[in-house]
Amino acid sequence: MKRVVITGAGTINALGHSVPETLEAMREGRCGIGELDIRDVERLSIRIGGQVRGYEAESHFNRQQISLYDRFTQFTLLAAREAIEQSGLTFEGQLAAEAGVVLGTAGGGVNTWDENYRAVYEEGKNRVHPFVVPKLMNNAAASHVSMEWNLKGPTFTVATACASSNHAMGQAFHMVRSGMARAMVTGGSESMLCFGGVKAWEGLRVMSKDACRPFSANRNGMVQGEGAGIFVFEEYDHAKARGAEILAEVVGFAMTSDASDIVMPSKQGAARAISGALRDARLDPSQVGYINAHGTGTAANDKTECAAVADALGKHADRIMISSTKSMHGHLIGGTGAVELLACIMALRDGVIAPTIGYEEPDPECALDVVPNEAREADVDVVLSNAFAFGGLNAVLALRRV
Amino acid sequence: MATASTDTAVRDKVIRIIADQAVLEPSDVSMEQTLDDLGIDSLGLVESIFAIEEAFDIQVPFNANEPENSEFDISSVAAIVRAVEDLVAQQS
Repeated sequence: MKRVVITGAGTINALGHSVPETLEAMREGRCGIGELDIRDVERLSIRIGGQVRGYEAESHFNRQQISLYDRFTQFTLLAAREAIEQSGLTFEGQLAAEAGVVLGTAGGGVNTWDENYRAVYEEGKNRVHPFVVPKLMNNAAASHVSMEWNLKGPTFTVATACASSNHAMGQAFHMVRSGMARAMVTGGSESMLCFGGVKAWEGLRVMSKDACRPFSANRNGMVQGEGAGIFVFEEYDHAKARGAEILAEVVGFAMTSDASDIVMPSKQGAARAISGALRDARLDPSQVGYINAHGTGTAANDKTECAAVADALGKHADRIMISSTKSMHGHLIGGTGAVELLACIMALRDGVIAPTIGYEEPDPECALDVVPNEAREADVDVVLSNAFAFGGLNAVLALRRV
Repeated sequence: MATASTDTAVRDKVIRIIADQAVLEPSDVSMEQTLDDLGIDSLGLVESIFAIEEAFDIQVPFNANEPENSEFDISSVAAIVRAVEDLVAQQS
């Protein structure tokens, strides 16, 4: 089995258009959630989100590219550029054949669906642009990354709702660890902050109208975000031989299914995924210093997640720090685990634990150290990143400092 | 039915659409050129046809599976202009 390390990271999300901007915001506990600026927002009852601000597609892509790139693909390409440039890799010859792309997204080109349904249903148009299908398909982002950087190995997209990018990164990890690939571009993206996207979420009645306050007794639901997080996973010896800067090592991954309910989470399923990731990494619960929580800010998730962590880590649960950065960037659905992995890397590399902001009242059912409101300095060697999706699909990654 | 001035209008519009796809000035597109000459690939062709349908509010009988066997002649810029003129005349 090969060791797997992260040699590049990139992002665009409500907290910033790059990794340094995002980490600075996380260190400062800044909130990227605000009033939604989208068409027909007045017909929505949920009017806040973690929207990417100050973004003009035209300043990054030409007209032809924009006709093919949905917003989720645009975000992916920008984040991938940052990650691949940081890694210093050039994909040519044998390396190109041994490198691929596995990305997560829940909805794919939701803005493209939305705009074109609007055109044919609301505006009564009988003709749509010829690129609607290649623009909206869930694998569009992965394919464009593959084309842009000449990645010719295994390339596909994983869709497991809110766990999509953790499942994707788990696949990438397995491929590099098994020797099936030398390097993988992985992570995820999502962009469903459009009228239809938000309207669909409204229907579930799990959205907050004012803020995302994970683990706080007065929480009232989740807030949706958008953006992408992309990483380069690389075989350790390969990275070492070329003198690459190593951001962290991926040491374990586990996935489980609750096999119980399509929306309600299960403590057992989540706990099995956490324990499984530790077992896969050959780590003891006592070694874990920080967990980036799924922490959606819904009562169902937060209580179940805290109970699952307590179950899986036993007495060590009272000693670890667990925070939800969704309080700052919102819930990026299929891209969320990827942006949250940045907080894990910051914990390992910089010794800074991102806070759970918006924390106002302790909840006895979430009695863990949730790093309320302010970032904290701490020396941690091992971190976990939780993702628990609708459909009862759980995916947990374990990372270690190198 | 069509007058000389509308003929020119159709031609000018079609050339503008094709030039747009080829990223050229309309003055750099000549009637005898093929789409190949202009560097327009299959996606560019489909996009041009969409733009023509939108611009003239017509239906272009074109099947991307077999572009050569479509009723719509795309063998040169002149052929496309002629085909669009016919469609405009039939469908208006």
